[in-house]
Parts: sequence; structure tokens; C-alpha cells
Amino acid sequence: MSEITMVEAINLALARALEEDQNVVVFGEDVGANGGVFRVTAGLQKRFGGERVLDAPLAETAIAGMAVGMATQGIRPIIEIQFMGFIYSAVDQIINHASRMRNRTRSRLTCPMVLRTPHGGGIHAPEHHCESTESMFAHMPGLRVVIPSSPQRAYGLLLAAIRDPDPVIFLEPSRLYRLMKEEVIDNGEALPLDVCFQLRDGKDVTLVTWGAMIHETMQAADQLASEGISAEVIDVATLKPLDMETILTSVAKTGRCVIVHEAARTCAIGSEIAAQLAERGLMSLFAPVQRVTGYDTIMPLFRLEKQYIPSTARIMAAVKKTQEVS
Amino acid sequence: MNASERPDHSPPLGSETRVVAFEIKHTQIIDHHGAPLGPLPEFAKDPAELIKLYRAMVLTRLFDNKAIALQRTGKMGTYASSNGQEGVAVGMGSAMQPCDVFAPVYREYGTQFMRGVAMHEILLYWGGDERGMNYAQQRQDFPISVPIASQIPHAVGAAFAMKLRKEPRVSVGVLGDGASSKGDFYESLNIAGAWQLPVVIVIVNNQWAISLPRHEQSFAATLAQKGIAAGVPCEQVDGNDVIAMRYIMERALERARNGGGPTLIEALTYRMSDHTTADDASRYRPPAELEGQRQFDPIMRLKNYLTHNADWDDAKEQALQAECSAEIESEVKLYLDTPPMPPESMFDHLYETLPAIYKEQRDEVMQLGATGGGEDHV
Ligand SMILES: Cc1ncc(C[n+]2csc(CCOP(=O)(O)OP(=O)(O)O)c2C)c(N)n1
Ligand SMILES: [Mg+2]
Repeated sequence: MSEITMVEAINLALARALEEDQNVVVFGEDVGANGGVFRVTAGLQKRFGGERVLDAPLAETAIAGMAVGMATQGIRPIIEIQFMGFIYSAVDQIINHASRMRNRTRSRLTCPMVLRTPHGGGIHAPEHHCESTESMFAHMPGLRVVIPSSPQRAYGLLLAAIRDPDPVIFLEPSRLYRLMKEEVIDNGEALPLDVCFQLRDGKDVTLVTWGAMIHETMQAADQLASEGISAEVIDVATLKPLDMETILTSVAKTGRCVIVHEAARTCAIGSEIAAQLAERGLMSLFAPVQRVTGYDTIMPLFRLEKQYIPSTARIMAAVKKTQEVS
Repeated sequence: MNASERPDHSPPLGSETRVVAFEIKHTQIIDHHGAPLGPLPEFAKDPAELIKLYRAMVLTRLFDNKAIALQRTGKMGTYASSNGQEGVAVGMGSAMQPCDVFAPVYREYGTQFMRGVAMHEILLYWGGDERGMNYAQQRQDFPISVPIASQIPHAVGAAFAMKLRKEPRVSVGVLGDGASSKGDFYESLNIAGAWQLPVVIVIVNNQWAISLPRHEQSFAATLAQKGIAAGVPCEQVDGNDVIAMRYIMERALERARNGGGPTLIEALTYRMSDHTTADDASRYRPPAELEGQRQFDPIMRLKNYLTHNADWDDAKEQALQAECSAEIESEVKLYLDTPPMPPESMFDHLYETLPAIYKEQRDEVMQLGATGGGEDHV
């Protein structure tokens, strides 16, 4: 088995889903002949035909709303929004219909759909192509929000999202699409949608993060190790519903927590994690919880994106702050 | 099939009368060899005026080539080329008045240059620097709009402002063939009609929306006819015929300026480039289609006309090219010599006055400096 990128792993999961369930349909802008602007859907139209993998006209509201309609009638739509910055006209359909169709019809009609979209910056892309607004979706009752951080987790989490009976927002960190390769076994095995991944075992501090920030966070953990600080790293991956148990258990062990995310600081998922730590984990904390995040600014154009996205050095500095108190 | 026909040609039942009938006109003034198809509009009788249009198209094309070269050599980010669409852009720009407002997408450089937007500003934008959209000239014009069709409500809103303030100005909003599938466009077109606003909306139909060809975008025979449902006068024009483009545009602007309401124009052209420098059109577009379009090139067409009717020759052509290239080189130098903004500038222009609560974050950015605190980062 060879090692593959996250783009290839997602493609593999989509192909597996199309293969195993005739009701799976993939559509969105440029996903057909072009294979998606990141090549995630490359070859799928050729393999599964233009009725099941198809290009939509340019209309995000309709794409999301049609997915709701299709899902209620037995199809399992997987829609692609080309970049997260173009998801907002689909939000009406997501918050007003996809997330609550089950609730308002008492499960008579349901929405087993997946909305995939690239997430985050760091790839020198143009304006509106670098958004990380996952907390908007985490705020909407009835949705699941998932963000993988490796090819293997992307494969297993996407399969789980597709098989899940409820709507899932599946965010794909575009910086990780081709950053690393990993062995992925195409065995159709899904990963659970409601537990965090513990990527590294440690005892001095818990680093909590997700998506592309896993990269800098793991780097920080390596550097900390060489300085004698042992960091546990948790990949939240399934952002909603949030698995606080794993985080609380870890913090009970380490007594310190640093939350790292690319999204702007205010009212982000980091805020929720910190709030729950205050509610339920305060007694195990030796130091105030630290957050290392994107700033409360508009995502800058790429000349300054490096200064916006949290660096390893910023994570290190935050960890050091937690170690000062004992 | 004509959409107004009953699909099965079944005979009418009861009383059936024609309530209203529609048609869409297409205008071309010189053919693709550059030969006039009839009398020319007044402005086109002056060779100097046509040479101005020609120069603006050549300048835009040469700028485009340069911008692509900058991207390819790592000196700029992703760039959206306007190659092949210069006739539409220059036709719009030459018809508008400085007091009007322009809401572009991202391929209307020809219009923007005519309105005084500087080349180095466009380069700065695609070079990842916000200052590019702070046009030194044309302070009222809108920035490039990447979220497709989202600028059309702005154009219509600007037109409403003009109407409220009783100003003899017109707002011009541009969108692509793909964009004409978006609700933003339909919703604001409808209001433009209902409120009879001084706006001209131009659909630049370059036959592709990234990989989706025009015929898969919509089953409608023309995109112009989308105006019919909104009660907005609409027509089609050969956008590669800059004379026709300017003529149709001037007519629509004049009507709007005189209280005659909105117009929807569909300008037919062709995207001769990849969608952007990040795209590879060979994955979805047959090479023969591209080759077949070269004969309709807007620049060659006007050049042929000028050669036959205005003593245009090689010497003049070379002089023009040299002059345009020199202008572009000095703008490129301005771009390349612009140092990045300090990192903390990301907090500038967030509000008129930065709320005190963000000072701490701004200080951190300032203190971390140019690398964001990590050399090996991102
Ligand atoms: C709302 C939105 N959805 C998707 C995109 C991604 N995208 C950028 S350009 C484009 C196609 C636009 O086609 P068209 O309107 O014909 O303009 P053209 O690029 O051909 O000039 C798409 C889908 C976007 N920028 N905005
Ligand atoms: Mg187009």
C-alpha cells in the first residue's frame, strides 16, 4: 500500500461511497470534468457517470437547498462548495432547513447530506479563499461539523459523514491537501464522529487543536519535548458535537491547556472549549487556559497571512506561560 | 424549441390570446474582419477616437501578458486574465463618464485603466496587498469582487443612491455568464426594474464559468433575455466589436442618465485564457474551440479596420506597442518596489477607530514582526 495525500484520500472515500451506495450523488461547481479546483473529485465523473457526479451551475443557495430536497427523498447528496468564502449564500438553507428538517417534522423527513468545502489559509490564495469560519456552523443546532487533519483521518471521517443520518459540514484544510502523505487502507472503515483523536501522549500540558493547525502544534510539541516539556496533543476533528470528555480527561492529567486555532479569536470554538474547562475542569487547572488563534481582523491577503496564522513560536510562548504558574 | 411554444404543439383550448411577445436584438457594427456592416456611430467616424480605443485594448493585453509572467516567476499571486475580453472592457470604459460608478468582477482591467485605476494597484491586489483596492483615482468605484455576483446588488444600490440624491450619474455593474445563475443577480435586477433605477448591468458572456460551458450553465437561448422577466430592457452585443460595445453601452447609459431606467446588456466574447493562473483549461476545454475563436479577436478586428480606413501601419503599431510597454514597465516597477505593509496593519481600517480591546492583539502582532514569530512557518 502506497502513501497518499489528503486529496487522494478524500477522493478514495468518495469513490468508495459512490461504489457502495447507489443513492450517493456528488455535485457542485467544477467537480465533473475538471475534477474540482483542488482535484479532489478527479476521475469520479468518468468512473461513475454524469448522473451521479455532476457540475452544478453557479448557485450556492440552490446547491445547498437542492441537497436538502434530495436528501428527504432518499438520495445521499455530497455537495462541494468551492471555497469556504462562498458558503455564505448556502447558509440560509443550512440553518433554516438542513439542520432542522428532522426536528420540525419529528423525524418524518431527514437530511443525510454532506457539505464539503476547503478550509483555512496558508496557500497564497486570493481574497475570500482562506476562510476559517467553522464556529458559525458549530453554533447551529442539528449539524455535525468535522475537520480532518491527516489523509487517513480524512478518509475515515468522510465515510462516517456520508453514512451519518444527519447533515454534516465537512471542512477540508486546504493547506494540508498535499502537505503530507500517509498510508491509507481503503477498507471502507469509518471513524467515529464524536470522539477527539489523541495524537500525542504527554503529561505537562494539553494542546488542543484541529485542521491545519495540527501541523504547527505537533512541531511545537516536538520542540517542547527537546526542552523537557511533555505535551499531549488532541485533534478535535469532530468539532460538533464536541467531545469534551477526552479534553477534560487530558487536562485532569496535565493541569494545563493551550487551545490553538486559525479562526479569529472571538466567539470561536476555542471560546467554547475554554468555557467548558472553566465549568467542568477548573479544579484540575494549575494555570489559566491559553488561546493561540487568528486575530480578530479580516483574514489578510496573502502578503500577511503568515503573520495571521498562529506560528509554532506563538504556541511555544503560550505553553511557557502555562508553565510559569505552578 | 422556443420557450413560448407549447412543447407538444397541442391546439389551444378555450380562449387563447397572445398577451405579450418578446425578442432579443443582437448588434454588431464591424464584422470580424473589421469591415463595417452599415453606417458607423458618430464617435467612430473620428479615427483619433478609434485609435484611443485601440490603444486601450493593446495596453490591457500587454498588461495581461506581463501580469501572467509576474505570476509565473513567483512575483505575484493567482491572476485572472482578461485576454480576449478587451473589447468589452474598453467599450464599457469609453462609454462611461468619470462621475459614474463602476462595480467590476475581476477581468475588467480595460475599463478600470480607462477610469484611472493604476496598473500597479491591480498588481498589488493580486500580489496579496490590500492597498491595491485603495484606488488613488475613481474613489467611488467598487473593488474587484470575488464572491460571484455579489457586486450586482451594490451596483443597484449605488444607482438607488444616485436617484435619491437626484444626481445625473449612472451605476454600471458587471458579471459573468456563470454569475447570471446567482440569486444576487436576479434579485437585484428585479429591483432595478421595479424601481426604475439608473443602472446598466453587463453580463460578460465569455462562454465559460471555470469548467462549465455556457450551454450547461443555462438552457436559456440568450442570457440577455433574463432582463425580460424583470421588465428591464435587454439586448445582446458582439463584445469583441469594441465599436458596437461602446455604442450600445452609450445608449444604455444615456437612457439611464435621463431617467429612462435600467438596461441589461449581454456582451458576447470569449475567455482566451485559463480561468486563472491556478487553472488548466486543457482539462475541460477542447483545444480546437480555443483555436477557432482566435479569428474573432477584438484587437485584431479593430486593427484591420484601422489599417483599411485610418492609415494604420507597422511603424505606428510598433510605436504604440513600445509606448504601452514602457508604461507597463514603470507600473510594474512601482509594484515590485512597494514594500509589504507592516504586519500590524491588518488592524488598520478595521473600524474608523480601533476599539481599545483589540490593542493587545495588535501589540502582539507588532512585537512578533515580519515572520509572525516563526521562520519556518506556513
Ligand atoms: C459565490 C462564488 N461561488 C464560487 C466561486 C468560485 N468561482 C470563481 S470564478 C467562478 C466562475 C465564474 O464564471 P463567470 O461568472 O462566467 O465569470 P468568468 O470567470 O468566466 O469571467 C467560480 C465558480 C466564487 N468566486 N464565488
Ligand atoms: Mg464566464
